[in-house]
Amino acid sequence: MTSPVSRGFHRLSRPAGAEGGKLPPGQHVTTDFPVLSAGPTPHTPLHEWTFSIRQGGQTLRSWTWPEVQDLPAETVTVDIHCVTRWSKLGTQWRGVPVRALLDQVEHDAQYVLAFSDGGYTTNLPVKDVSGGQAWLAFDYDGQPLAPEHGGPARLLVPHLYFWKSAKWVRGLELLDHDQPGFWENYGYNNYGDPWREQRYAGD
Amino acid sequence: MAGTAVRGRLSWQVATVAAVIEETDSVRTIALDLPDWPGHRAGQHLDIRLTAEDGYSAERSYSIASADGEPVNITVERLEDGEVSPYLTQELRPGDQMEVRGPIGNWFTWGPHDGGPLLLIAGGSGVVPLRAILRHRQRSRSSVPVRLLYSSRSLADVIYREELDQYGRSAEVNYTLTRSQPPDWGGFSGRVDDAMLARVAWPASQRPLAFICGPTPFVEAVAELLVARHYLSGRVKTERFGGA
Amino acid sequence: MPFDGNAIGGLLLEIFGSDMTSAEASCATCGAVGPVAETTVYLRGPGTVVRCRRCTSVLMVVARVRGLNCVDLSGLAALEVEY
Repeated sequence: MTSPVSRGFHRLSRPAGAEGGKLPPGQHVTTDFPVLSAGPTPHTPLHEWTFSIRQGGQTLRSWTWPEVQDLPAETVTVDIHCVTRWSKLGTQWRGVPVRALLDQVEHDAQYVLAFSDGGYTTNLPVKDVSGGQAWLAFDYDGQPLAPEHGGPARLLVPHLYFWKSAKWVRGLELLDHDQPGFWENYGYNNYGDPWREQRYAGD
Repeated sequence: MAGTAVRGRLSWQVATVAAVIEETDSVRTIALDLPDWPGHRAGQHLDIRLTAEDGYSAERSYSIASADGEPVNITVERLEDGEVSPYLTQELRPGDQMEVRGPIGNWFTWGPHDGGPLLLIAGGSGVVPLRAILRHRQRSRSSVPVRLLYSSRSLADVIYREELDQYGRSAEVNYTLTRSQPPDWGGFSGRVDDAMLARVAWPASQRPLAFICGPTPFVEAVAELLVARHYLSGRVKTERFGGA
Repeated sequence: MPFDGNAIGGLLLEIFGSDMTSAEASCATCGAVGPVAETTVYLRGPGTVVRCRRCTSVLMVVARVRGLNCVDLSGLAALEVEY
């Protein structure tokens, strides 16, 4: 049975054409900023917060919140694409390039597994976070990043589906193999390129 | 036939809007014509699915506002940045169609055999399934004692006011208004707290059965208050509507 | 804010073929037992995540992948439902 059309119902978004830019396949533009979480919002106090790079059970390097704030930060304007099909264009973030953090550690890892408060993880190739297109972001739209959106700091990797931009990120585990993270374990793509529509494993 | 009933529950059926009733400025009751409806119990909900011309579809759950044996009604509150509720409360008109699945929910339901005394606590649109419970209790001529405590922002936001007021002494209905109260307001003011429950809630010694429904923070705060008043957690049933 | 297991009654009906909101779920991590209706549920993301209300461990995840409901129940020690 084909579903009857509900007269007058349409998705909450503007047509893609209105933006002028291109959208990845299967996406539509949203004007709000949906809050999608897999678990409760953590509330780690800033004086306890650290960001660590770990390998083989060891912490190679760790930064406290003040130490991260002391690093050179960038303000970037990027489009973000959620695998649930909404895209938000021209979002403004401020953060430290992940490259600046990884550069302070000697390693030959091929992959990282980002890990967050609450147990969320997501995997990425090292080159996707060390080439200048990934940030440890702590401001959104000129304001400190709200807890519901991943504050105090989240990973920002806009060239991949937004589940890779781990909220409440606390560090990167360096690995020599690609280790599926939370959503990757439940059927989502290990890489997640929205332009090749790599939503699910096997895409 | 049991097989047909199961099939009816599992699959989506086409519903036609029979009527719309404006309850408040932002709340509307929608009467649905569902020829293959298997019947429902007070407290249950249904899922609706709307499909746009381009094939985009959205699903949401709404509590059934009517009692066992009554035609299926749902009551929907418009959420300002919602995708579905603005459509249902403003655009939708009689004759329009949607898909419905249900009824759903064996946990959050009440019938006279479940006993009491009953304590119903509603936050905003959380009153919908509790109103269905009150209607069912009245239609069944049940004498199970019941009290409703209904929290709304203002009097204008109270849904089903006339209907709730007509229960008189057969069901004690208490209102609390959290943001504004009219002059000469005789009901409660402010959020549900322990002092209010001390006046409204059945003593734990009576082994009351409580149903709490509304936004998640409301439900969790009230449930905690009832457990602190020694209500058995297995006899405090909750339904969270998400949101703040 | 999250929902509770009532909100996935329809999804679970689709998967299990019967109403699961009253089913007793046992958490494989902390041992807590309670109705599915009382679990904490996170909706509308890449998948639906059901967590133990007591210890927040994941009980169940449902991801819709290419027309299939992919259901992971490994966080549950047991699920008991009346027949």
